[in-house]
Amino acid sequence: MSGAEKIDVTVTEIVPVNALVKRFKFERRDGGLLPTFSGGAHTVVEMKDGDITRLNPYSLMSDPMDQSAYTISVRRDDEGRGGSLFMHNKVSVGDEMVISYPVNLFSLDLRAKKHLFLAGGIGITPFLSQIKQCERLGDAWELHYACRNAALGSYVDELTAAHPFEAHVYYDDEKQVIALENLLNGQPIGTHVYVCGPKGMITWVRATAEKLGWPREAVHYEEFLAPQPGKPFEVRLAVSNKTIQVGKDESLLEAMERSGVDAPYLCRGGACGQCETRVIDYAGAFIHRDHWLEDDEHASGEKIMPCVSRFEGKTLVLDR
Amino acid sequence: MTIQFNDETFRGDYSFKNSDWAIQRFPFPFHEDSYMYSVNMEQHRGGPKGSIYEKRFDVDEHYLAEMRDRAMVLDDDPLRCQSLPHMTLAGWDLLELIMVSKSEDYPDLFELHRNGDQWRWINKPMGIDDSFTFLDAATLPYGPMEYITRQAQGDFAVLDQRDDNLWMDAGMITTQADWSLDFDIGMNFFEWHAPVPLAHEKGIFVRALKFLLNIQQGAPARRLNWTMTVNPLLDTSPENYHKWGVQKTEITPENIGSKQHLRVELQTFFRLPRSNALVFPIRCYLCNFQDLMSMPKWGRRLHRVIRDLPEELATYKGFIDNRPMMLDYLEKFDDGLPTSPGIWPEFETEPPLQK
Ligand code: HEM
Ligand code: FES
Repeated sequence: MSGAEKIDVTVTEIVPVNALVKRFKFERRDGGLLPTFSGGAHTVVEMKDGDITRLNPYSLMSDPMDQSAYTISVRRDDEGRGGSLFMHNKVSVGDEMVISYPVNLFSLDLRAKKHLFLAGGIGITPFLSQIKQCERLGDAWELHYACRNAALGSYVDELTAAHPFEAHVYYDDEKQVIALENLLNGQPIGTHVYVCGPKGMITWVRATAEKLGWPREAVHYEEFLAPQPGKPFEVRLAVSNKTIQVGKDESLLEAMERSGVDAPYLCRGGACGQCETRVIDYAGAFIHRDHWLEDDEHASGEKIMPCVSRFEGKTLVLDR
Repeated sequence: MTIQFNDETFRGDYSFKNSDWAIQRFPFPFHEDSYMYSVNMEQHRGGPKGSIYEKRFDVDEHYLAEMRDRAMVLDDDPLRCQSLPHMTLAGWDLLELIMVSKSEDYPDLFELHRNGDQWRWINKPMGIDDSFTFLDAATLPYGPMEYITRQAQGDFAVLDQRDDNLWMDAGMITTQADWSLDFDIGMNFFEWHAPVPLAHEKGIFVRALKFLLNIQQGAPARRLNWTMTVNPLLDTSPENYHKWGVQKTEITPENIGSKQHLRVELQTFFRLPRSNALVFPIRCYLCNFQDLMSMPKWGRRLHRVIRDLPEELATYKGFIDNRPMMLDYLEKFDDGLPTSPGIWPEFETEPPLQK
């Protein structure tokens, strides 16, 4: 079986946070305790949408030490392939769902003297559990959180009320911008910086930190890519001896799973490396979207990450 | 099954002994008639009833004696147990993992009562009944890792995971096969494996690390490793080489059957939940040659493996000088018959020695 261990849960609460975001609470169906986790971990939620099964990763935002329930926040993406729309429109309190054990690809560096968190939009969610962990352990932290406007600022009120000195909020529509260079320059030695948000923000933070001489291992980022829709294509799976069609709204990984191939995965968002697959032959162009492979690997035509990347062309043969 | 704990020693008079039960369940590490390093990892989810794979942390007849030996090693050399400051949370994770596993797997020996942060731990074999506050180290007599690993057989390396690597930032290492925590502390996966021959070239460590980084909560893994030890010594550390190294020269054709031990490590890997660290318990099992020879399959196979083992491995494992004497002894137990696949002794079905 691929992916992390599964847990059977019931949806016990759904709270609209604002016009775009809903919060979901899961409790174990057998009444037992959920595993503890580390701040920054995610769970993969299985969604049975007709005959399609989607598996989407969401950061756990509840207190890592609270074993009674997990909570996640889902931002509605009207252009996406439907995972978030499914959560928003089709899931109700009392529904039975399956989620994965926590997996952490964005954990705190526990050697840090201080944790500096930079969030953009729904990228706030992993920091919510990390902040709870820091509070519990007495670790120093500071949050700089950019949102589009006050109405869409998820959890701004809770954060600023509970942590008036640590939490700083910036609204795009009021032209407020994180003064990144000053902020990074002013940090004590031993600070680690963590960024989660849109791609542009991650690139900006990483580039600025590098320019200012921050060590690479002190800069942490997480960007989950949702697989993007694209043109349908055909793939030959050499090991399974199957030829499959990838539909416009499904990922290559999902198409393999639909045809009964047990392909490895963990994050389903181009970050963990588990799904890496060797290309045996191709005629056409890859649309690489992952963060895992290096640029030269993308250019080589030898590897693909089927959880997020696609293909356009005549022939694609994979070692799977 | 209730366990009869042996009154025995791993030093001085070496009164260590395996019962018939312990011999039958000994983790013989060779699944075929030859051996080479490989990425030999599998899931750690139980195993045949009574086998050393069955429980998350195997407790056997040597438990109390091993814990006494560990206490003596620590008295002489406190640096066998170290934990860098950022590893305290991982220490609590490990304490929880062991207490929960042992109290569930051996309810007649261990009890854990939890009421929020207030925990009570009862270890009946060791006569311990302690109440403490979880995550408050001041309420325990030692740090959390040291406290629990003074009550658990085997060594424990606790690895921090960062920068796509594992770092040996904490451990309790008193029963090791000639490596030193004090030397390795703070090193990463490739650095501490540097002395191992042939495996780097075969790409084994790159693949093994990839596997380890992806070990997830609730899905532990395991592998076996082995070496040779003269006399039933748990503490074969570089720190004490001057004490045990010379014993390798005391082997004679007359005493080799009882003095020469196959030393097998059951190595397991668990992701720790709160710290996202990885713990690597290394459980050592010893069995002397004459007890091993009571299983015809093991007799045939051990001879073939030792005979054909690459010189680099016999040198690294420290028995190249004694190999000829070992082979003289083992050869008597190899009648050339084929062996069945797998590590289990198959005592009922394997033919007796035809020699
Ligand atoms: C994170 C967990 C691990 C730790 C802490 C660890 C630690 C060690 C240490 C300290 C040594 C002794 C090196 C020396 O001579 O100083 C060693 C040897 C070795 N390790 Fe690991 N190791 C780990 C995982 C693995 C894995 C997954 C493999 C898989 C192939 C592996 C393969 C080996 C081999 C082949 C040797 C040589 C052993 C012999 O021939 O006796 N190790 N390891
Ligand atoms: S599943 Fe993680 S990169 Fe594809």
